[in-house]
Amino acid sequence: MSLTFDDGTFIRAEMETPLPPPVRNIGVIGWMRENLFSSVLNTILTIVGVGLFLLIVPPLLRFMVIDAVWTGDSREACLGPDVGACWPFIGAKFGQLIYGFYPIEERWRPNVVFALGALLLVPLLVPSWPMKRLNALLFFVAFPIVAFVLLTGGNIDASAFLFERFGLIHLIVGDVTIAGINIAFWVDYILTAIVVALLVGAVIGVIGGSAPSAARNTLMVFAAFGVLVLIWDIDFGLPYVETRQWGGLLVTLVIAVTGIVASLPLGIALALGRRSTMPIVRLLSIVFIEFWRGVPLITVLFFATYMLPLFLPAGANPDGLLRALVGVALFSAAYMAEVVRGGLQAIPKGQYEGAMAMGLTWSQMMRLIILPQALTLVIPGIVNSFISLFKDTTLVLIVSIFDFLGQLRASFTDPNWASPVTLYTGFAFAGLIYFFFCFGMSRYSLFVERRLNTSHRH
Amino acid sequence: MSESHSIVPDAQLHAVHTAPGHEVAVELVGVHKWYGEFHVLKDINLKVKRGERIVICGPSGSGKSTMIRCINRLEEHQQGTIVVDGIELTDDLKRIDEIRREVGMCFQHFNLFPHLTILENCTLAPIWVRKMPKKDAEELAMHFLTKVKIPEQANKYPGQLSGGQQQRVAIARALCMKPKIMLFDEPTSALDPEMVKEVLETMVSLAEEGMTMLCVTHEMGFARQVANRVIFMDAGQIIEMNEPEAFFSNPQHERTKLFLSQILH
Repeated sequence: MSLTFDDGTFIRAEMETPLPPPVRNIGVIGWMRENLFSSVLNTILTIVGVGLFLLIVPPLLRFMVIDAVWTGDSREACLGPDVGACWPFIGAKFGQLIYGFYPIEERWRPNVVFALGALLLVPLLVPSWPMKRLNALLFFVAFPIVAFVLLTGGNIDASAFLFERFGLIHLIVGDVTIAGINIAFWVDYILTAIVVALLVGAVIGVIGGSAPSAARNTLMVFAAFGVLVLIWDIDFGLPYVETRQWGGLLVTLVIAVTGIVASLPLGIALALGRRSTMPIVRLLSIVFIEFWRGVPLITVLFFATYMLPLFLPAGANPDGLLRALVGVALFSAAYMAEVVRGGLQAIPKGQYEGAMAMGLTWSQMMRLIILPQALTLVIPGIVNSFISLFKDTTLVLIVSIFDFLGQLRASFTDPNWASPVTLYTGFAFAGLIYFFFCFGMSRYSLFVERRLNTSHRH
Repeated sequence: MSESHSIVPDAQLHAVHTAPGHEVAVELVGVHKWYGEFHVLKDINLKVKRGERIVICGPSGSGKSTMIRCINRLEEHQQGTIVVDGIELTDDLKRIDEIRREVGMCFQHFNLFPHLTILENCTLAPIWVRKMPKKDAEELAMHFLTKVKIPEQANKYPGQLSGGQQQRVAIARALCMKPKIMLFDEPTSALDPEMVKEVLETMVSLAEEGMTMLCVTHEMGFARQVANRVIFMDAGQIIEMNEPEAFFSNPQHERTKLFLSQILH
């Protein structure tokens, strides 16, 4: 009880105790009233929504499940009135949809790549599993090399190629091969590495950075590339499968994964470049980003495939898929850069000042303070880019690379399976596959977002 | 301008620190700074001895924050020299990093890193800048968190703490680098009145340990209690500089008198 006086003064005698909230909104009926029928407009919207659901879902289910044909070995099974999806068609074309024209006896190789990828990716995505560092190293460094060797067959004689083109002492001594290793090339390579490292060290030292660490990093890049060349040179006895024969989901995943893995670091670098205080770096980043954002992906692919060879010296004809990969990666990097820049702009100046005042270097500040926060903020945008990249891979069809959708369309032409429902079945299947990947990415991003949302935790 | 300088005779300045072995911690000589056309700092001359505690006050926009932010190069001065801990501030990145390692700073809005726990906020710089092993850094961080009386919050995130607690974490975070000089840029201005006291107490205990401190603040009680000298700035220049007793009881310059009459009711 409190004391209230006529003159408006008030003195509280006891503090109020907290009470439970009113129970009106609890239970199914309460929830429905609150969420579905809270006003006339909401009631109408609810009814329209239910109507749309009834209009779309039952026929879809009927086509894909109830009326669908599940067995058969030719178009005969799928003829007739009121026939739903012709699943035997998908079954018959399944190998083609997954591997394209990859030789049947070599299909174990993509299978191993798929399995390895999944085995490495799943533990990487589950936050509570240990050894993230090793896992990431395996997935981002070892896996691409293994996948490359497995899928192409390796043994591409990279050292011979490089030596012939860039080797300065090639002119003097020619190839000196001992035990299958081109000694002259490696002498040349090591000399080049040392010279470049010294040059980089000198330049960095002059502009005020740490010369030894710059030289060391350069040497490490050379060493890594050297290991790569060495691995590419080894003959594992795998028959060579040229990328022209690749197709189907294999190509879709190769392009999408390469694009995704390459575009994020490239995009971050470009975004940082665009916000740099160094005018040349900033200008180059802006020019790069605006150029790639200003042209459609189809143009990029077309240019890379049909026009680039005209500008390159005769004989230099990089692989078609490789050219498409580079085009897709650079294209999506430009978009990624703008997404990341949005995140960088959202970080208050105080975070930079706090980090700088503690003596962190620029790269430590970016790596430990700014980027973790900026990237967390723009996860929706990043995943948006990933998803649109995944779906844009279908555009490689116009440069005669048969990805999943391309392979599907090719299989429509098979007269063995020509039926009124073949087309619908094929696209329904394609829809399911693309939805599986895109929805998966979307859900996972929501999970990550919730997990990383520490700043607003109260 | 020259008149207001002479208000504090040199003899008196030296009298404050008679103990031998005192060297200069921070020295600003003829420092000027412009923001575009705007002249924010005009001929700043200041010598801070080791262990000395300076409080800087003045109206907003008078350049007091800019001045102390020049000391660790969050702002660049365009004329004059700044020597911190015997190192002259130039464009040389190595020198700037060296100075920032020795100079701790606390901000008005704390600037804690929201994606890291309190403990991680405190261990970050010792681990990455001082190259301290993680375990030692955590021990050190817990030591300073205990000192600012919030060891139990170590595993929470900054967003879960009150403003006063956040500012004390910010002080602990700066102390983890074992700085020789501490800069405070209005550390209590963004706090609820109830929380000002806990932050000031932390700062007082820091002062009692002999830390060299430069504080931009309007907490005149704090100035009276711990400052060796109080500086009043207006329009980008130092108007008056004196011991707190003399500064508050007998301000010399008209502008100082006006300012003090506004804030001391």
